[in-house]
Amino acid sequence: MASTTIVPFGPQHPVLPEPIHLDLELDDERVVQALPSIGYVHRGLELLAERHDYLEMSQVAERICGICSFIHGQGYCQGVEHLMGLEVPPRAVYLRTIWAEISRIQSHLLWLGLSADAFGFESLFQHSWRIREMLVDIIEETTGGRVIFGVCKVGGIRKDVDDETLQRVGRRIREIEAAYEEVARVFREDPTVQKRTAGVGVLGAEDAYALGAVGPVLRGSGVVRDTRQLGYAAYGELDWEPVVETAGDCYARCEVRLREISQSFDLIAQCIDRMPEGKIDVSVKGKRPQGETMIRLEQPRGEVCYYLMAKGRKNLERFRVRTPTFANIAPLVQMLKGCELADVPVIVLTIDPCVSCNER
Amino acid sequence: MSFLKKSPWVLHYAATSCNGCDIELLACLTPLYDVERFGIVNTGNPKHADIFLVTGSVNEESRKVVENLYAQMPDPKVVVAIGACALSGGIFRDAYNVYGGIDQVLPVDVYVPGCAARPEAIIDGVVRALAILEERARERKTQRKLVTS
Ligand code: SF4
Repeated sequence: MASTTIVPFGPQHPVLPEPIHLDLELDDERVVQALPSIGYVHRGLELLAERHDYLEMSQVAERICGICSFIHGQGYCQGVEHLMGLEVPPRAVYLRTIWAEISRIQSHLLWLGLSADAFGFESLFQHSWRIREMLVDIIEETTGGRVIFGVCKVGGIRKDVDDETLQRVGRRIREIEAAYEEVARVFREDPTVQKRTAGVGVLGAEDAYALGAVGPVLRGSGVVRDTRQLGYAAYGELDWEPVVETAGDCYARCEVRLREISQSFDLIAQCIDRMPEGKIDVSVKGKRPQGETMIRLEQPRGEVCYYLMAKGRKNLERFRVRTPTFANIAPLVQMLKGCELADVPVIVLTIDPCVSCNER
Repeated sequence: MSFLKKSPWVLHYAATSCNGCDIELLACLTPLYDVERFGIVNTGNPKHADIFLVTGSVNEESRKVVENLYAQMPDPKVVVAIGACALSGGIFRDAYNVYGGIDQVLPVDVYVPGCAARPEAIIDGVVRALAILEERARERKTQRKLVTS
């Protein structure tokens, strides 16, 4: 009789900053299958859209997740603006793009740190977070918040950034980039990192596509798809190419994120160079959202979809979010099949699980 | 309080937080704030922990986990609630799956406000928790003396 053991993983686990639970069915040290169960962070946030008015709701939308907070706010605002037929001034669009890219970098750095911690490289964790802290300083200087920006509103942004500050940010970004390159070199060249990640948790391109993987998980498996290619915000006017790796293992996913950080530094510099002059918001007075829309954006973790429906009242009728982590759970279960128990934390972290997004 | 007799170890659990407070909490451990230089270590094991840091409010699912973790911690122990969510439910207060603050299920000793709570505030909260922890340890000692005498 084949005997397997069930080992619970989570909800509270040292490598997980957030609760998610996996039942790992083990045959000796090999994982036969993994069964995820969720619900520890479910708040019922979508229903709040029916209680708060549509302007206030942008604040709630930002708190879907504290790591990619800005992009959630941006997605919600873009959706409502679309329903109301508002044209956001170009300066606001560019500033939104800068903030979105800064949050992408800080999210990826955060992930690099946590994953270094997961494979036992404590000092690399500390260094990644040291650099992340420099970006948080820029966020604080330009928006006032550290993790929850609160600057995105329906019709534009709440706060302008003057040109002098922008230039200073541009110079600082270059310094941070230099500091980041040193840390990135460790990820690329260190044999420990290679040993723990190369060839681990392989996901082929077909599987990734069929299971609906998104973001770095999809691009790490060699599929070229980045929602920013749709050209929302200022991405249509900037020069960039999606980052793709083909190996499909944990190392490839790490490499995608490393290269995306460099790319985001470049995108920020481009935005600062081309920053248009002008207003930062349009008035929403007397207007109400009406109709139905679907908005897709690229989060650090992958594609996020928002569905909004409104009937011309002050609250939305329905607000629905499908977040990247949710899309990446099915690929994760696939990756975990047949891996070693000791690799489970590393593999779980490579999808960059954001549970509070996932469960809302 | 001028010095600490022991290195306090903390246990962190995200009940139903949005992550904002959790990353601020982790930021306390990293080079800019670096509480580890005071001997404060983030542990994953409730049996090693003295201070329980909870972020986010509770729902039915996380209530069981929070209670379980609290029960596993050895006495004396202190609970610190971090962020508006953990205090009262914060912005999610009206959401259908949220009970409200952590004090609905655990005795909370220190409340750290903010949405998200800033690392400085969190460190301040932990320092206050330390004073309470020492006080409790002292009480236990006197009690034990009374019992044995
Ligand atoms: S207090 Fe604010 S930042 Fe902290 S978990 Fe709650 S919503 Fe997120």
